[in-house]
Amino acid sequence: MQPIVSIANLSKVYASGLAALSDVNLEIRRGEIFALLGPNGAGKTTLISIVCGIVTPSGGRILVDGHDIARDYRAARKAIGLVPQELTTDAFETVWATTSFSRGLFGLKPDPAHIERVLRDLSLWDKRDSRIMTLSGGMKRRVLIAKALAHEPRILFLDEPTAGVDVALRQDMWRLVRGLRDQGVTIILTTHYIDEAEEMADRVGVIRKGRIILVEEKAELMRKLGRKQLTLQLQSPLVQVPPALSGHRLELAAGGGELVYTYDTRGEPTGITALLTDLAAAGIAFSDLRTSQSSLEEIFVDLVREDA
Amino acid sequence: MNWPAVRAIYGFEMARFWRTALQSIVAPVLSTSLYFVVFGAAIGGRVTDIGGVPYGAFIVPGLIMLALLTQSIANASFGIYFPRFAGTIYEILSAPVSPLEVVLGYVGAAASKSILIGLIILATAALFVPLRIEHPVWMIAFLLLTAVTFSLFGFLIGLWADGFERLQLVPLLIVTPLTFLGGSFYAIDMLPPFWRTLSLVNPVVYLISGFRWSFFGTADVGVGISLAMVLLFLALCLGAVTWIFRTGYRLKS
Repeated sequence: MQPIVSIANLSKVYASGLAALSDVNLEIRRGEIFALLGPNGAGKTTLISIVCGIVTPSGGRILVDGHDIARDYRAARKAIGLVPQELTTDAFETVWATTSFSRGLFGLKPDPAHIERVLRDLSLWDKRDSRIMTLSGGMKRRVLIAKALAHEPRILFLDEPTAGVDVALRQDMWRLVRGLRDQGVTIILTTHYIDEAEEMADRVGVIRKGRIILVEEKAELMRKLGRKQLTLQLQSPLVQVPPALSGHRLELAAGGGELVYTYDTRGEPTGITALLTDLAAAGIAFSDLRTSQSSLEEIFVDLVREDA
Repeated sequence: MNWPAVRAIYGFEMARFWRTALQSIVAPVLSTSLYFVVFGAAIGGRVTDIGGVPYGAFIVPGLIMLALLTQSIANASFGIYFPRFAGTIYEILSAPVSPLEVVLGYVGAAASKSILIGLIILATAALFVPLRIEHPVWMIAFLLLTAVTFSLFGFLIGLWADGFERLQLVPLLIVTPLTFLGGSFYAIDMLPPFWRTLSLVNPVVYLISGFRWSFFGTADVGVGISLAMVLLFLALCLGAVTWIFRTGYRLKS
């Protein structure tokens, strides 16, 4: 199936000389939730801003639902809803007015029933006649989402949707995003919270210093996440893994002073009990043990580390 | 054309106007009334008439122009500067709207507001002095052209300004002096020859002169020249706005 967003050789150099994006290639699949993960200043917002038409690219080509964002900008932009990172709202407007305004801006006729549905979904219906300036930060975030949904977009960009948002709203937001996905909306969210990507995404992309360094199915990343290691510190070093233990996935480390067992936490059984029984039978004593897990966080930190 | 977007922007801007009705309508009416009291009564007592027009009536077109210029610039510049300042401009930039549609919405609203204020001032003036309008069609034409042109000019200022101070700079330091020296309160030929010549490089002179001609049939400069000057300035502003949207200057990085 044709990707809904296709980014080819995209680069951006700001007037200041800062190269925010270098040769970015990325394809977003129709109907997926894609999480773009990266540290601050990695280029997440620049990437989103270019796709949405707020920042001019220095080079490259972007198609949104088959429409070139430069040549066919009307069709491309109509497909997109954007929830910006900053809480930029028209303070003096009412929730209803600002949401209706957004719908008109995107070229659609007024549809009070749709606006009502959006506001109810976001628990904003009671606040529809309130001025935005009287709302809390979390409510303002909801208003921005309502504005982005007012023109029934097929693609929704959420730039750091849960930055500075309390747990309840975060849960609400995730529920809403899943609901939109179920309606066929493609969702692209940026975040630097790994658990958010874990919780929400179908696929994860990692961006560092303006380059996409990894795009992978979340399930694949989770498989890596699920891998765990048990390290046994031996009382006396071994030269090789004894044949009696060859049935276990064992490796020697620290010059034979450590025995490392790799297993899957989701495996049933994990094989630890059997290993320990076999170790006792082989007469191998250990002085200490520890377990370690390659979390998505570790993978992520490894990937984005300066010297990585 | 994305007409719903033009309507949305226009409606948004007009809503802001009505929300601040006290400031946007009452203030100009009050200040104009003060001009009548001070200039009309104090000076009018000594200058009986200019070119056969009673002084009180003579200053009416100039006062309307004064309000039209300042209101057009203030409304249009604030209208586009504030979203840039507050960050809400992101929505306009990411919407399927062409520059023409954005300009139509913002400039159309600013011009509507200043025309409305101009007409209210005209009505207020009619309470103080007997007025006659010899060329009503031309009067409306000058009103429209001036409002649109200076709203475009204000829109440019709002795009160019990078702070509230700069937003005020051009209106305060350039437009107000030019308007006062543009013959709002006197005929250009009342000035000494040097100042009379200098006045001819003041674009506001042509606006006020043409507008006054539409009222009383007398003018400082030919009405054709007035019209040409307004159209020239309109073309300049249109060119500058087109350039800004084409290059993204101050709008996009």
